[in-house]
Amino acid sequence: MSETTFKIQRFNPEKDKETYFQEFKLEIPKGATLLDCLNLIKWTQDGTLTFRMSCRSAICGSCSVRANGHAVLACKTQASSVAQNDQVTIKPLGNMEIIKDLAVDLTEFWKKVEAIKPWLMPDEKKETQTTERTQSVEEFLKIDKASTCIMCSSCYSDCCSMAVDKSFLGPTALAKAQRFVEDSRDKETISRIKELSEDAGIWDCTHCGECSQRCPTEAKPLDRIVSLRTVALNSGVTNNYGARHAKAFVKSIKSSGILNENTIPVASMGFFNIPGLLSLIPVGIRMFLKGKNPPLIHHPMQELDDVKRIFKKFEEK
Amino acid sequence: MKYALYTGCVAKGAGRELLTSTYALAGKLGIELVELKNVSCCGAGVITEENPELADALNARTFAIAEEQGLNILNICGTCQGVMKKAQAHLDNDEDYKDKINETLKEGGHEYKGTVKIKHLLTVLTEDLGLSSLRNKVTVSLDGLKVAPFYGCYLLRPFETSDLDDPDNPTAIEVLTEALGGTSIDYEGKLKCCGFPYLMMKKKQSITMAGNHIASAKKEGADCMVTPCPLCQLSLDPYQPESAKEIGQKLDIPILHLPQLVGLAMGLKPKELGMQKHVVSTNKITAKIGC
Ligand code: FES
Repeated sequence: MSETTFKIQRFNPEKDKETYFQEFKLEIPKGATLLDCLNLIKWTQDGTLTFRMSCRSAICGSCSVRANGHAVLACKTQASSVAQNDQVTIKPLGNMEIIKDLAVDLTEFWKKVEAIKPWLMPDEKKETQTTERTQSVEEFLKIDKASTCIMCSSCYSDCCSMAVDKSFLGPTALAKAQRFVEDSRDKETISRIKELSEDAGIWDCTHCGECSQRCPTEAKPLDRIVSLRTVALNSGVTNNYGARHAKAFVKSIKSSGILNENTIPVASMGFFNIPGLLSLIPVGIRMFLKGKNPPLIHHPMQELDDVKRIFKKFEEK
Repeated sequence: MKYALYTGCVAKGAGRELLTSTYALAGKLGIELVELKNVSCCGAGVITEENPELADALNARTFAIAEEQGLNILNICGTCQGVMKKAQAHLDNDEDYKDKINETLKEGGHEYKGTVKIKHLLTVLTEDLGLSSLRNKVTVSLDGLKVAPFYGCYLLRPFETSDLDDPDNPTAIEVLTEALGGTSIDYEGKLKCCGFPYLMMKKKQSITMAGNHIASAKKEGADCMVTPCPLCQLSLDPYQPESAKEIGQKLDIPILHLPQLVGLAMGLKPKELGMQKHVVSTNKITAKIGC
């Protein structure tokens, strides 16, 4: 069996100014996980190599690293599956500061999870509650997926929105929030969804899907975020830029079957958001001069009646 | 080769050069396109947020109409492609759900049977038409042109419903570029989000995102970027001056729609491909390949 080169990013704040790569050669034992390989390297080649691990069973969520640019749970990933041409590049998770080698600082990550109040808030006072709070199977299934999250921060690491705005709550905290917002026993749904609709919340996700793709469990944050948006839109928490945009979009399709790109920007900005509207002018002019603007007269689709009928059917439901 | 063309909203709006170039290219390659005119927007992942069943019903209606014509759907928008494939999976994976949605379509005289295939132009070119056939048709080689592929989220993720063979490590645009004589380059932003979904709402973040990707392509020596998604094009091209300002770097990378790049190699003139409509001039690259 041939050797695989593990290109591992190193950094020791006590002596290094910058991160650098170090190569380790290892024959990957049959069936070895990435974590097994990191351990082998640490035990037989360089004891100073630092990484987190605990359960080795995809339960504790501590062993996430980036393999070839993407976050993976090292103990759940077959080393052979990430080796390309006998090489694999290992880096610490993204969107967080490095403490040493592959260990990153999770302080902000945990702060954001705490910020969504990850505990049940039933209306009954503890003292007067004498019976169990039960849920039907259907009610439980709504929160089942989110509760499989193991807080490995893989999604947080690879979130594209986080990469340009560190204030974003991020996929982990939002997935966790869905677990409480849609918990039938929780009585703070509206206040929670209002808070989550603020800046840096549910509407700051771009839908890129990286989080769900990198999630090693069934939590799939993007689906949870979409679910939170559905709750927001259907419970009237719509006085914010994200919901306004979604509402305007749906309205446009309902009225002409296809999107009217002339009205959407204005409706999303809000009719009274003067600075927002002004900011559209330069790009508008630029596009207009090149003939790249949408046609000024918007033509609806053919057979619009049938689409309107479908919309109506769902509104009646 | 005959397909039902689903134009999507952008190719009828701010990205009409995508439609122009699609028709020009199809003509050159002998691909017959029947434009679906009585179908709605795919919902772009937004309608589904308000009402997932409504979004699936609208897409099921589109699928049914293509099926009635006995044609498979050809998408020219990466977002439409991703959204439709997801909707199709919802319907195909659950018979009861499919029946329920079909109940809604019935009154309009439609029924989704599940026979239609949904493909993006990219895979129609690389798989249905094939690279060797394309190679034979090249009249203006893209020799010397360094092309940075920008795939766009919806064509890739979720992997399960992606049109591409290996969405975690896609090579479709790369092999296509090479078949046309060009050189494809690898760069940091290749598989990332263009920022379009929140361009209207979080402009600073969105144009930073786009700017970072353009800068990373430029750093690797790209002459241009090419994308199979007109939403990515909208975010990367018209806003490029603002992106440049935001990230404090000079950016001047033309952003081509996929059929424009292929069209150039097939001997179509830049004007026939609507390239005069781009905000970032494409003159540098057309001069480079001599057309
Ligand atoms: S070591 Fe616990 S999840 Fe990997």
